[in-house]
Amino acid sequence: MAAVTNSWATKGGPGVVAIAFWALLALLPFGERFVAEGSFDYYLFMGQAMLINAIAILGLNLLIGFNGQISLGHSAFFAVGAYTAAILMNFAGWPYWATLPIAAIVCFVAGYLFGFPALKLEGHYLALATFTLAIAVPQLLKYKPIGKWTGGVGGLLLDKPEAPEWTGLGQDQFLYYLCLIVSILSFWAVRNLLRGRGGRAMMAIRDHAMAAGTMGIDTARYKTVTFGISAGITGISGALSAITVAFVAPDSFTLQLAVSFLVGLVVGGIASLPGCLIGGAFIVLIQNSSQSISDWMKSTFSLRYDVPAWAIYGVLLIALMYFMPRGIMGGIEAVFQRLTTRRERQP
Amino acid sequence: MDFFVQQLVAGLTSGAIYACVALGLVMIFVSTDHINFAQGEMAMFATYLAWAMINAGFEYWIAFGLTILISFAGGLFIQRVILKPLETAPVLSLVVCFIALLSIFNALAGMIWSYTIKQFPTPFPARDLFGNGLVSVQQIGIVGVTLLMLGILTVFFRYTTLGLAMRAAAQNATSARMMGIRVSWMLALGWGLAAAIGAVAGMLVAPIVFLDPNMMTGILVYGFAGALVGGIGNPLGAVVGGFIVGVLENLVGSYIIGNELKLTFALAIVIGVLLIKPAGLFGRVVVRRV
Amino acid sequence: MAALLEIRGVSAWYGPIRALYDLDLAVEEGGVTALLGANGAGKTTTLRAIINMVRRNGTMVLGGADISRAGTEDIVRRGVAQVPEGRGTFTGLTVEENLKLAFHTRKDRAAALRDMEMVYDLFPRLRERVRQQAGTLSGGEQQMLAVGRALMLAPRLMLLDEPSFGLAPLIVREIFQVLRRINAEQQVAMLIVEQNAAMALELADTVYLLETGRVVTSGPAELVRNDEALRKAYLGY
Repeated sequence: MAAVTNSWATKGGPGVVAIAFWALLALLPFGERFVAEGSFDYYLFMGQAMLINAIAILGLNLLIGFNGQISLGHSAFFAVGAYTAAILMNFAGWPYWATLPIAAIVCFVAGYLFGFPALKLEGHYLALATFTLAIAVPQLLKYKPIGKWTGGVGGLLLDKPEAPEWTGLGQDQFLYYLCLIVSILSFWAVRNLLRGRGGRAMMAIRDHAMAAGTMGIDTARYKTVTFGISAGITGISGALSAITVAFVAPDSFTLQLAVSFLVGLVVGGIASLPGCLIGGAFIVLIQNSSQSISDWMKSTFSLRYDVPAWAIYGVLLIALMYFMPRGIMGGIEAVFQRLTTRRERQP
Repeated sequence: MDFFVQQLVAGLTSGAIYACVALGLVMIFVSTDHINFAQGEMAMFATYLAWAMINAGFEYWIAFGLTILISFAGGLFIQRVILKPLETAPVLSLVVCFIALLSIFNALAGMIWSYTIKQFPTPFPARDLFGNGLVSVQQIGIVGVTLLMLGILTVFFRYTTLGLAMRAAAQNATSARMMGIRVSWMLALGWGLAAAIGAVAGMLVAPIVFLDPNMMTGILVYGFAGALVGGIGNPLGAVVGGFIVGVLENLVGSYIIGNELKLTFALAIVIGVLLIKPAGLFGRVVVRRV
Repeated sequence: MAALLEIRGVSAWYGPIRALYDLDLAVEEGGVTALLGANGAGKTTTLRAIINMVRRNGTMVLGGADISRAGTEDIVRRGVAQVPEGRGTFTGLTVEENLKLAFHTRKDRAAALRDMEMVYDLFPRLRERVRQQAGTLSGGEQQMLAVGRALMLAPRLMLLDEPSFGLAPLIVREIFQVLRRINAEQQVAMLIVEQNAAMALELADTVYLLETGRVVTSGPAELVRNDEALRKAYLGY
């Protein structure tokens, strides 16, 4: 009996929790009634940003958390996704929704190709190569000969898609749902991927590449494909960001963006899917409330200076590495495990 | 021809800076196998300290020396306080930690001194060496300071017992402890030296590129490239690699791809070297332990 | 003779795995103690436990001072020199630099230089290779260098981990002769771990037999030398 309940808890349980959670997210736009007038669109916009970041972190987590390859350059794939969507919408007149799969494919190819040099690099070296990529990308996007397509330093201004009339939704509500649906599809796909053969192979490579190789797993193929999928997912989120913000410019895709993904990943939890959502929400919250956090710190510690978000990120990252190296979800899982094992011990 | 010589000298000058950055990276890499992503921001922060001291009325060279000392102590402090508890942590934790340091230094500099660019004084007179417009005193000065520093470091590592102990600790930590060498402190010394060398790089480059919190980002990438070209485990190689990258950057920039893609060029060097010759020009191939 | 090193009730762990069980052991001042036993008996672990390179508890007293809590570097600085398993050569340093490493911890430079001369006298082959990269030395030469590095620390106690490992019999003989000289002329005490039991028994005055992390028997070396049953059971000859 205990075994049955336990297997429900570990297999079926989170599934039910996840469905309930996503349903809750779907109901959020109806919370307008309970909030003071006027500010709700802003919350919806924040919700979009959180979901977009969560998808980007999901892509990164697939690579780092489940396959053990470090990337500090996912801002590059986010940028490629965003520019793919922007260029298709701006120059080819594509509808916004059709750009999403194309962005995914383009980024998959880019990631897959980058995965080949990455094969030869491990740990710090891979971090170094991707770090360089993140720094090079904004300059590359400003490159004059391609300026006709990228809009150069100024970037591209897009039209924000309107909600179809039959939905009866406002623009921000509609875009929120767009992000939510794409999120659900992405998380569902990754969850299935991880439960299958491929996912097991990816994790085997992370845990012990050599042993995985001797067991007949084609480590090179899995690593490059994982890099591709990871980049593809992050590319989708980049495209979503271009659609919802209706603007792309080179200086939005700096190393800082890659670092913020990393922050979200580490805060939420390495190798945790719910952690990606926590991480996505977290970085948006910090960015939005950095001014009030800064004011609070100034008054509490009587500082003379503003405290920028990046300093908060930095201190937080180091603290997490010390005290909660598995992030918030890691901490929750540890507590949950302790509770369940204690319950089982009772006769 | 004159243009070529000018570009060559300019390349050697920026190469000297890259060499310093690369040297700092190597200092940390040889003893811990870590790549310090915060190397550039540490240098930038140190340069701001120097700027603040000079503004407060210190002589240039006194500020220069004090900054080196403070940076050395700062590097020591970072290793002792922040990194020591993570000595056995997985690579990802360390990379995250370095990125965190990068963010903190960048944010602190912006917070204290703001993001507006500042003029940083140069100790070298603004005139030509031979009066023909090819080589300026400042360029010679930058290369000279770099070579002088390399010389001091060579003497330190080759001819002092402390330098020898640091090399031993880097090569074989277990054996070094069995010789009574406090390996953990040797790592801290490595960090101190790296920070000091970085400070020199920052103060040398600041008069050329102007001082701002993001001044070292691109330079760090070139430092990586230099370190990799020379072999990231080899201090002399790092310096030679830095010069090579500096010259290549200027020549390729002015004759082939233009200045817009310089960082992409650095990216190409980094990935190219990692793929084709990971050991660099002077490094030994590291055999991976199974 | 008083005990130079005395360890009481020492246990050691590698992660969750226990490698030593309440070990008691003593090395006399100027004596040579051999630690014998099969693979995995805990011999190397004992040496590591003494210099605190493995998680362990229990009491360790060196020359009357408690070193149970001291770190590796401090124990070494108090005169315990380890000749490690696998020789621990600093392959990128020259032979001379390997020996000069001891200068880092020794205050008396003149005495250290004298010791360096002594090492070269004991192992003339090292003198011939002063400027050679230590990594290019043969196995026997690297073992000599390891003994030399330990001697440079002016030790009271040397911990030798399989000095004969992988070496030709003639070289082994040479190294053991030097060890005997060091012990006789300088009264350096030794704790020696060996697979080559016959060789170790010739040198040692006291023997401990270990099996799966416990002392099975101990006593004067000649007792074990003369006890054929014991030798056959534990040492295989």
